[in-house]
Amino acid sequence: MALLQIAEPGEATAPHQHRLAVGIDLGTTNSLVATVRSGLAVVLSDALGRPLLPSVVRYLPDGHSEVGYEAQAKQALDPRNTVVSVKRFMGRGLHDIEHHEGMPYLFDDAPGMLRLHTVAGLKSPVEVSAEILRTLRLRAEASLGGALLGAVITVPAYFDDAQRQATKDAARVAGLPVLRLLNEPTAAAIAYGLDNAAEGVYAVYDLGGGTFDISILKLARGIFEVLATGGDSALGGDDFDHRIFCWMLEAAELKPLSVEDSRMLLTRAREAKEYLTFHGVAPINARLNSGELVDLTLTTEIFAGITQTLVAKTMQPVKKALRDAGLSVSEVKGVVMVGGATRMPQVQRAVGDFFRQDPLNNLDPDKVVAIGAAKQANLLAGNGAAGDDWLLLDVIPLSLGLETMGGLVEKIIPRNATIPTARAQEFTTFRDGQTALAVHVVQGERELVSDCRSLARFELRGIPPLVAGAARIRVTFQVDADGLLAVTAREQASGVEASIVVKPSYGLSDDEIAGMLKDSLLHVKDDALQRALKESQVDAERLVEAVRAALASDGDLLGAEELARVDRDIASLQAAARGDNRRQIMLAMDDLEADTKDFAARRMDKSIRRAFAGRNINELDSETAVAHTGEPA
Amino acid sequence: MAVTLSERAASHVSNYMVKRGKGIGLRLGVRTSGCSGMAYKLEFADVAHPDDIEFESHGVKVLIDAKSLPYLDGTELDYAREGLNEGFRFNNPNVKDACGCGESFNV
Repeated sequence: MALLQIAEPGEATAPHQHRLAVGIDLGTTNSLVATVRSGLAVVLSDALGRPLLPSVVRYLPDGHSEVGYEAQAKQALDPRNTVVSVKRFMGRGLHDIEHHEGMPYLFDDAPGMLRLHTVAGLKSPVEVSAEILRTLRLRAEASLGGALLGAVITVPAYFDDAQRQATKDAARVAGLPVLRLLNEPTAAAIAYGLDNAAEGVYAVYDLGGGTFDISILKLARGIFEVLATGGDSALGGDDFDHRIFCWMLEAAELKPLSVEDSRMLLTRAREAKEYLTFHGVAPINARLNSGELVDLTLTTEIFAGITQTLVAKTMQPVKKALRDAGLSVSEVKGVVMVGGATRMPQVQRAVGDFFRQDPLNNLDPDKVVAIGAAKQANLLAGNGAAGDDWLLLDVIPLSLGLETMGGLVEKIIPRNATIPTARAQEFTTFRDGQTALAVHVVQGERELVSDCRSLARFELRGIPPLVAGAARIRVTFQVDADGLLAVTAREQASGVEASIVVKPSYGLSDDEIAGMLKDSLLHVKDDALQRALKESQVDAERLVEAVRAALASDGDLLGAEELARVDRDIASLQAAARGDNRRQIMLAMDDLEADTKDFAARRMDKSIRRAFAGRNINELDSETAVAHTGEPA
Repeated sequence: MAVTLSERAASHVSNYMVKRGKGIGLRLGVRTSGCSGMAYKLEFADVAHPDDIEFESHGVKVLIDAKSLPYLDGTELDYAREGLNEGFRFNNPNVKDACGCGESFNV
């Protein structure tokens, strides 16, 4: 029997019409999926109760892949085929990636977006991300009992169009309809209900495992504007672990360590860090390979001391972001904490001291972005309460424009314009008799084309030859609700027109996406098989329950031998249902059904006898007659 | 006539109500639809209607419109887990047969 959730008044859906929607935090280190259940936003855990999915994908020689903890465990053994932090590669060329020489991957500097050579073939970051999204989709479908209407996926506020398009493409490859993309800090603000709060400026301080982001948001008339962003892409909770590790080496006067010992001590360091969140003192005990014992005590004071520079390092981008936004500390109305590393008391204290107020921290900082995304998805799916049907608007993160003579940028849509939006501007020809115009679409805040990101190029041909400056060419920029851009150029006199949907420079061509979709069909079979297995297991459980209930009430209808056979059938069905062989489960179900067929017939006879006992045939006849006259002729 | 909540179901409902921050109780009902004739309605209730019949079960107020009650009489609303999925289940003694998924039924 299907399991139901409580709907808002008047919003209960017809059977099989549930509008299932999820929010996905597609993170650099970990990813999560959340949904709104009976009005409450919850993160969906896997079968082992783990909410996080490490954003790690390992490719195997047979073309399959492992995702999450399984892949993470093999990272050290198979670094080349185990992709971590793929988010950094989304929509990026090889030259965009800092320190790529130091990474264990075999890169292919493909035009537009880089590719990775793996044992399972050449993989685009889009495909790797799609593996993560697919895993989350399957988890959500199993948790919600049906196919998803769609998902809201979060992206960093500073993601440009290429990175956003790559994220959408990944969802498409994963078979996940995207309701919209949402900025991560905006999602965090929504999770705290700030979208219903008073208008004002809010700061979102996001210290994750390996990255730090600060965003200054302004809420006005239900619109979150991103006033400024900043951060440090190489600063996170892992650096705090490393500081403890270094302190351990010094305090215990350890000699250079083996790789295993280093890894083990780093784990101890992380455990000590987490322990200090709720305790004043953390004991650290470890035995090295050499037999040497490490026995230390880390206090909150020492920990705060050795990590002081790290905490201070996060405050630099905070100050800069405020300065960029032209605001002072006193104008910030609230501070939202995001990311597991913000649990550290010294971080909480530093942020509180700087903003002169207690930061908002009562939601789990690992889950806050996914929860905000789930709330937004629930609204977009049409499950909101009456009067709650506002639509959160988003803004363009970076200005969109085109190249004009001299390599200068003419901005068409300014940064922070609310979307969806369309703006047009007229241009003209530069030379006498010019019949074509090259349109180069760029994104960024800088004035020179070379400092901005190139998004697309196309040509408008067939302009009637006129003197320079006589042709009137109207260029329209249109941005949809996901922040994706379509550009059209039209010569007004002749009506010739050319247009482009932005993605080629850094996104993927439709052919490439079609290819990936085909590849993903390979997995569709796996997905379907897995789903069928789950369904059979549930069916088996149901059948066992039904037979048991029948035995409890009418077990006396069976002989000892028959009873023994049914018991045996139940036992073997239960054993089969614990395994993953669907055929075996179905055969065991058939056996049980066959052996209880007689039993069912006898139960039916018994209940009919009971119903008719003590009544004669005339009474029954008259009842049917009444029933018949009740029907319209 | 009565409709009840299991203790587990009641504690989940209470929790959802607190988080929701408004509402007077839980509305149960049936309506005609679905592949087997009737379907359950499970919603938060913000107002009581004149033809509502009210029950109280483990501290949760349950509202049912008078027309739906005969189809739900004796029902216990339970909260259950099936694998990763979890949610409310109607244990309704009036049901003769249900469609495969149990979301719609016949009496």
